[in-house]
Amino acid sequence: MKMKACEAMVECLKAEGVKTVYGYPGAAICPFYDALMDSGIRHVLVRHEANAGHEASGMARITGKPAVCVVTSGPGAVNLITAIATAYADSIPIVCITGQVNTEQIGSDVFQEADITGAAEPFVKHSYLVKDPNDIPRVFKEAFYIAGSGRPGPVLIDMPMDVQRAEIDFVYPKSVEIRGYKPTVKGNAFQVKRVMSALVKAKKPLICIGGGVFASNAQEEVVKLAHIMNIPVITTMMGISVFSDDDPLFFGMLGMYGVKSANTAVNECDVLFLVGARVGDRAVRTPLSLEKTTKILHIDIDPAEIGKNIGADLPLVGDAKNVLAQLCEIAKPMEHTEWIAQLDSYRQKREFGKAKEGTVVPREFIDKLSRSLPDDTVVVADVGQNQIWTATGYHIGRGGRFMTSGGMGTMGYSLPAAIGAKMAAPDRTVVAICGDGSLQMSMMELATAVQHGVNVKVVVMTNGRLGMVRELQTNGYNGRETAVFLDGSPDFIKLADAYGIKSCRVTDEKSEQEAIELLSGYDGIALVEVMVDENAATLA
Amino acid sequence: MKHTISVLVENHSGVLSRITGLFSRRGFNIESLAVGPTHDPEVSRITIIADGDEHTVEQIEKQLNKLIEVIKVRTLQKDECFARELMMVKLNCPAEKRSEIMTIAEMTEAKIVDVTLTTVTLEICARYNKLERFIEIVAPYGIIELVRTGTIAIQKGAETMDRKK
Repeated sequence: MKMKACEAMVECLKAEGVKTVYGYPGAAICPFYDALMDSGIRHVLVRHEANAGHEASGMARITGKPAVCVVTSGPGAVNLITAIATAYADSIPIVCITGQVNTEQIGSDVFQEADITGAAEPFVKHSYLVKDPNDIPRVFKEAFYIAGSGRPGPVLIDMPMDVQRAEIDFVYPKSVEIRGYKPTVKGNAFQVKRVMSALVKAKKPLICIGGGVFASNAQEEVVKLAHIMNIPVITTMMGISVFSDDDPLFFGMLGMYGVKSANTAVNECDVLFLVGARVGDRAVRTPLSLEKTTKILHIDIDPAEIGKNIGADLPLVGDAKNVLAQLCEIAKPMEHTEWIAQLDSYRQKREFGKAKEGTVVPREFIDKLSRSLPDDTVVVADVGQNQIWTATGYHIGRGGRFMTSGGMGTMGYSLPAAIGAKMAAPDRTVVAICGDGSLQMSMMELATAVQHGVNVKVVVMTNGRLGMVRELQTNGYNGRETAVFLDGSPDFIKLADAYGIKSCRVTDEKSEQEAIELLSGYDGIALVEVMVDENAATLA
Repeated sequence: MKHTISVLVENHSGVLSRITGLFSRRGFNIESLAVGPTHDPEVSRITIIADGDEHTVEQIEKQLNKLIEVIKVRTLQKDECFARELMMVKLNCPAEKRSEIMTIAEMTEAKIVDVTLTTVTLEICARYNKLERFIEIVAPYGIIELVRTGTIAIQKGAETMDRKK
């Protein structure tokens, strides 16, 4: 069928089942916007391009399918890079469409021209600069396939304005044929048997799950395998909420900010089974000493992750969902009573201590909040102290979901990601937990939530500091605190008022109760400011 | 340790920058890189000489394989391939030195491609080590300019990048 190329772009999105796009228009993407207007696809106007990417990211993490963001050329595209890098670091499937100047002007530094495919190259799974409008159907088909398959990640499509304006004969391809891209999906049967036999022989086996379990939607399979074989489980930050905190086999998050039971478990196990975890430096500081003392089994869909940070005795390339299902088929019930009892003895009940006048203990607040929210709540932690308090303090119920910018550690991620998540799961409660630093990196998105009626809950842990850096300076720089003071911040309650958002401030137990009621009971956007001691620590 | 890595890629614009970008951002060292079309117009072949230990080369191969436009990657062992590099050298060469240099050219299978009153330009195609020795031999005459293509390599026997024998 003959149509304008920009209409073809919209048809491609429809063919991929896209219902919502996050974006910010500009001259170079206007043809596409014109075609989008009558398409039935919902456009969410963000207030900064980076947040278009984060909102798509939040949506993709809940649906498991690529989500779409659209921005204009030059500054629009360049602003999006932080979100692209954030999605890349956490393997989140997003498709980013950028406007570009006319093909014949490319390279001549015209107004709002930026080489975005070049600039974003280190952070994309793949990218396209479309010069021939007839390539549009194939490029879009490939982009969605690449973003969502194998190890997911962001794919960028750069669309010059004249290409959007051209006319093409539109047929959406049914399949994709890329010579050099054939992700391994099933695990090698022989290797699966070897992994099973290593697990069976182990005296003190331990499963460590990472974000890859979510990427492959393998939550059920990993829970099943652990329970058939009675193997204790720990998680990286990206794997939080695969297991409920009530699961007797679950021993928490490992790493620099992890809990004692998980960190001791990883040091004392004899076989460590890594599932979709890349053993980042914050999770395992000394992989070299660990690989000497422990037999390492490693499942990953990305062969490059196996042996990159930690040597694997048994590598197994494949999609975690398939590989775990293969393992479940041959798994036999086992007992590890002594080993589990040993790990149980490392569980610590957290003592919250007493809060300074006018503040509450951050982890205690988060713990109480989590027990008042529905089990299937989506909680999005930002980056900094709030992230660690949430990761280790939020009690995950059955079917709950924790998300954060794990790899890139991008401040300001929580609010836009929560907006995307809420739009993907309108029936679930979605809470963003951030600090007064991180909120100020993306608080313009409150307007987006209000404009589009996206009912998110925002919790701001206010300590008037960039708390994580302050803590680092306290412990590592002889207490010389510099450039971490957030004086001049607005009154967040007044700010919420200005947006027409219901809010309250937590300074003691009484106001804490009111806040929790607001967050769990009120059907609308709400903001809660939690006053926190400026010296409150994460490493405690 | 030097490694010869052969890469088949889809012949798209931008592929080369993805590959060189990958090397620099992952901290891999490229000694030389040669690229050109193959008998299949849709496929180019890149030969990279890279420096690094076993672990590094394994990572290079895996990271290259992740690029969507990379079709095939193989590290070629020294004894399983023919490797060649073309070099051209312009030397200081007054008339009285011409015959000396001609003798060197004959002995080394280099070709004289240009002569002027004061210079001579030689062309030689050989393995990396042989080129290094050639440079040593001609250096005393005074090298004015030197240009090399980077190594290309092909497997011995019936085996190819795509096909085991």
